[in-house]
Amino acid sequence: MKFASEFRDPKAAKVLLAEIAKVADQIGAMKDKPVHIMEVCGGHTHSIFRYGLDKLVHEGIEFIHGPGCPVCVLPRARVDECIEIAEREGVIFTTFGDAMRVPGTKKSLLQAKADGADIRMVYSPLDALELARRNPEREVVFFGLGFETTTPSTALAIQQAAREGLGNFSVFCNHITVPEPIKALLDDPHMCLDGFIGPGHVSMVIGIHPYDFIAQDYGKPIAVAGFEPLDLLQSVLMVLRQIAEGRAEVENQYARVVPEYGNPVSLAAIDDVYETRPSFEWRGLGEIDKSGLRIRTQYEAYDAEEKFGIGYAAGRREVEEAEGCACGQVMTGRMKPVECPQFGRGCTPEMPLGALMVSSEGACAAYWQYGGARAVEPAE
Amino acid sequence: MCLGIPGQIVAITDETRQMAMAEVSGVRREVNVACVAEGALEGLVGQWALIHVGFAMSLIDEDEAEKTLIALRDLGEAQEALEQMAAGDAALAGE
Ligand code: SF4
Repeated sequence: MKFASEFRDPKAAKVLLAEIAKVADQIGAMKDKPVHIMEVCGGHTHSIFRYGLDKLVHEGIEFIHGPGCPVCVLPRARVDECIEIAEREGVIFTTFGDAMRVPGTKKSLLQAKADGADIRMVYSPLDALELARRNPEREVVFFGLGFETTTPSTALAIQQAAREGLGNFSVFCNHITVPEPIKALLDDPHMCLDGFIGPGHVSMVIGIHPYDFIAQDYGKPIAVAGFEPLDLLQSVLMVLRQIAEGRAEVENQYARVVPEYGNPVSLAAIDDVYETRPSFEWRGLGEIDKSGLRIRTQYEAYDAEEKFGIGYAAGRREVEEAEGCACGQVMTGRMKPVECPQFGRGCTPEMPLGALMVSSEGACAAYWQYGGARAVEPAE
Repeated sequence: MCLGIPGQIVAITDETRQMAMAEVSGVRREVNVACVAEGALEGLVGQWALIHVGFAMSLIDEDEAEKTLIALRDLGEAQEALEQMAAGDAALAGE
């Protein structure tokens, strides 16, 4: 049985599930009147599907899969710009593998590589730095992408480049932040969220207080969670208990990794290198105020936007989403992946149309991989 | 891409750049330890850390490291992280 074999501690899981059911009943959660809990982080989405937690928990609990996968929220225009940089003479374009398959308007980075652009998958921004050291005659650009977990690594790489005075290294900075999209979702009048599961590894960097507004201004409970199934179940229970007791607080389920005030070295590096952009575009969600970071003028020499006159430095580009793509609705919990007309038809992990199908952390890919594929009738 | 993978720091390789050698699921990889460095770097040798895109982001205890590795293996994330490290090496080699 899946349950026994895949949980390291099935007994603890059973106890938690029973307790979750008890509190869910107590607050009147039902299948057609569910409590909506959003897991913000794509890593959590992946865990929830992998372990079938959505099916194991009380039927009155519905998980809404949030926008917390940086690959999934990358607009097509950004992919186009990456390719434009990569196709310039003399450039080595470096990126995390996750971003390679995201469709742009014409092609993905993977296709651009096949077409001859020098695009290399790196594990770390430090690999990009090393490439710049080894290839002084080439221009090495790193695609800086990701939430607060990844942001400090790019910042530290830029600081290191500045210390060495590397003139052929720059970052195309598309780093984004977690609190602002949550705020945007909470401000959406159609949104019906009752609580949040906060991202563990983002919080390891920023601590738990950036979420205070969720509890204080919007009256919603949140529990910052780890990535193991028991972590997630425990966090669901923490959120439900808050609801039952009429509390709204920021609780830290993942205290063994998440310090209350975050990691000081990471925070100092972020603060030194970046500043907030007035607004930033998210795939499926549109422009969100103060949700993205750009490189400060002090480090302008390492800013690919300035160096190549691209991105926000060149004015904003409007690019429509692919026809029939419902990523935006899925990400805001208005639609289940299987309800998207493209799911399993025009859009599969092999041939993704929308970004939610690209990364294993995207809700559509997770649905597809762990059983959602069955929900689609065979194509005529 | 936002999950860290546990690694054990086995040696300090470059004091000024704050670089150390970490063993991640049997594979050795140079990582930056600036975020977990307090005092002399030598003190980090033997410790476990969550490694994310080449940076040690947080120190964890051995028991936590083991549990996390099992969970990541189940999720397929451990393999993914190792593949990404290999891809990084390939990129440096010019591929
Ligand atoms: S199935 Fe594809 S197009 Fe539809 S919402 Fe998911 S990723 Fe977007």
